[in-house]
Amino acid sequence: MYRILSRKELNPTVTQLEIEAPLVANKAKAGQFIILRVTEDGERIPLTIAGTDRKTGAVKIIFQIVGSTTEKLNHKKQGEFIQDFVGPLGNPTDIAGKKRVCIVGGGVGCAIALPVAQACKEQGTEVVSIIGFRNKDLLILEDEFKAASEKLVVMTDDGSYARHGNVTVPLKEMLEAGEKFDEIITIGPLIMMKFVTLTAKPFGVPVTASMNPIMIDGTGMCGCCRLTLNQDGKRVTRFACVDGPDFNAYEIDFDEAMSRGRMYIPFERKAHEETCNLFKKAEEV
Amino acid sequence: MAINEKMHAMPVQDPKVRARNFNEVALGYTHEVALEEAKRCLHCKNRPCVEGCPVNISIPDFISCLKQDDIEGAYEVINKSSSLPAVCGRVCPQETQCESRCTMGIKFEPVGIGRLERFVADWHNENCKKAPKKVTSNGHKVAIIGSGPSGLTCAGDLVKAGFEVTVYEALHTPGGVLVYGIPEFRLPKTIVAKEVNTLKELGVAFVTNAVIGKTLTIDELFEQGNEAVFIGSGAGLPNFMGIPGESFKGVYSANEFLTRSNLMKAFRDKCDTPIMKGGKVVVVGGGNVAMDAARTALRLGAEKVYIVYRRSMTELPARREEVEHAEEEGIEFHLLRTPVEILGYNNPDNPRDERNGFVTGCKVMKMELGEPDAKGRRRPVPVEGSEYVLDCDTVVIAIGTSPNPLIKNTTKGLEVNPHGGIIVTEDGLTSRKNVYAGGDAVTGAATVISAMGAGKVAARSIIEAFK
Repeated sequence: MYRILSRKELNPTVTQLEIEAPLVANKAKAGQFIILRVTEDGERIPLTIAGTDRKTGAVKIIFQIVGSTTEKLNHKKQGEFIQDFVGPLGNPTDIAGKKRVCIVGGGVGCAIALPVAQACKEQGTEVVSIIGFRNKDLLILEDEFKAASEKLVVMTDDGSYARHGNVTVPLKEMLEAGEKFDEIITIGPLIMMKFVTLTAKPFGVPVTASMNPIMIDGTGMCGCCRLTLNQDGKRVTRFACVDGPDFNAYEIDFDEAMSRGRMYIPFERKAHEETCNLFKKAEEV
Repeated sequence: MAINEKMHAMPVQDPKVRARNFNEVALGYTHEVALEEAKRCLHCKNRPCVEGCPVNISIPDFISCLKQDDIEGAYEVINKSSSLPAVCGRVCPQETQCESRCTMGIKFEPVGIGRLERFVADWHNENCKKAPKKVTSNGHKVAIIGSGPSGLTCAGDLVKAGFEVTVYEALHTPGGVLVYGIPEFRLPKTIVAKEVNTLKELGVAFVTNAVIGKTLTIDELFEQGNEAVFIGSGAGLPNFMGIPGESFKGVYSANEFLTRSNLMKAFRDKCDTPIMKGGKVVVVGGGNVAMDAARTALRLGAEKVYIVYRRSMTELPARREEVEHAEEEGIEFHLLRTPVEILGYNNPDNPRDERNGFVTGCKVMKMELGEPDAKGRRRPVPVEGSEYVLDCDTVVIAIGTSPNPLIKNTTKGLEVNPHGGIIVTEDGLTSRKNVYAGGDAVTGAATVISAMGAGKVAARSIIEAFK
């Protein structure tokens, strides 16, 4: 069992937890993930690590409430326990030797983009961040990004805060203005990462995307997290858990990844409703 | 006294009934039948059955005890050589091991050694409540990576020899393939838990949620005071066929399909982990894993399950018993067939159609058997123009696995072969000092008992090394 050291709601649909897991905290690097189960008989879900504190053994996770498991996780209070917590899994984001990077985050993906930005800043890399949200209420981590970046652009899809539009707009402007990046690192919804990649392509800037497919074991056993890369005209299968989660974005078959990500949506919708009803009933009693 | 020529039949659940439940198929001998079957052992001098057993159980000796109705005595004999008798009695391919060497088997049917082993182990688990006696520590610490059959065997032998043993497991439940791979109807998980518990009572410590190579490295295990490490991390990533359509929704590797059902309990109604249930299912492959996947699909409610295998029944590698059980349950075998494409739904008018990208069928091609290959198995040759489509909703690919890269990538000086399997000596020693390995991590996908044999060899070497 793993203790919840702190809990903070970042917005109505996104919550941050710190979990006591010293072995994970000791090893974790930016870009790696953990797998957790909230309860016995619960499902295993992967969440990217949003930060660690080696002194307290805390591992920070930030998640959006999208289904039954994240709903249950969101109902856990400080001091309570979750069943399982394993990691750090996957490979850290490769930032070695980069002088100037652009980090493009979207929605809850910004929680994962932040430690990458921080790690870059720490090693002396100049960071330009573009973060986007659907609206003002869903904005998270603006101050933290400001602290980690030389320049920060905030976007909202509906214009309710900061600049109106999606993240590809300022990215394109910067690239057209001749700004140079050793790499663009993008973390967020698949559709956003796909369009970031398409935007960057004419400028020849390398793009790395952090993938977050459905997983079970997360250790290279089940093959659930497979995705297809187009390498030199060949389609090759790779596994996000052991080969990723970061991949050369130009090679990723995003459309396939989007389709596979929707495999259990009807099941999840039903499970989420049932869980919500259970919590509602419990509140009424 | 007349010799009973036939092995006593194993009572089983009726095929029609069992095809729709996850209860164990084979029900086990009764006390009376077990004693009768034991009487069939001739106690021949050369004891060929013992050599046929990868962990060399003193088979005639445990059968002697049984003949005298000393079942606990029989258990003690088995337990000297095997830490997992209730598991082996169920999943070992006895027909190609101990029973294939049985002298009775020359003229008649061999003694039902596996069935007797299972009876003895189940009787012990049912009737013997006293905790096993702990052995005094010899002060040497050993870490074991993976709690599958090789790790559990190695742990059992070492703890009985006085070592302080810690087993590290990546998943949330100990047991490895016994828990995530082999289905409930062949090996109930309570039995695995019981065997793990016996090891705990003997003093073995289990650490779950620990991925060696990530959470801790082998070097750190040594820094923590372990003097030897055994790697029993099992098989790794599933192989795919590289044909079009393998990424459609509804295509699973057997590892994923079985893990969802077994480890994550998707076969139960009240469960958070989803799995595709019902419809028509194609399982590709002819090994035990393919049989397990096909029979699981059936029990999850499939209306039709096909096994597609590229050779004929003669070459099909699964245990005969599993194949017979599958056939009795109504699984259809499409032999001498190979999948060439998986077909998926696509609504060109509506890209948001929820059915888009889901499997609709599997195109297969007929094969003929040609010349024998390097292993002596006749090579299947495609028959051009023979393709046809099997309509289906789910495809499960059970064509083997490749070794897991995690430990290799994080352990300096650990040599692997071109397939990624860890290289070991006859004694189970790797290229790293005091690091041993065995099971699928070394051989690639094989059987539970061969992994147990490897765990045993490594334990013996470790005991020798620290005498």
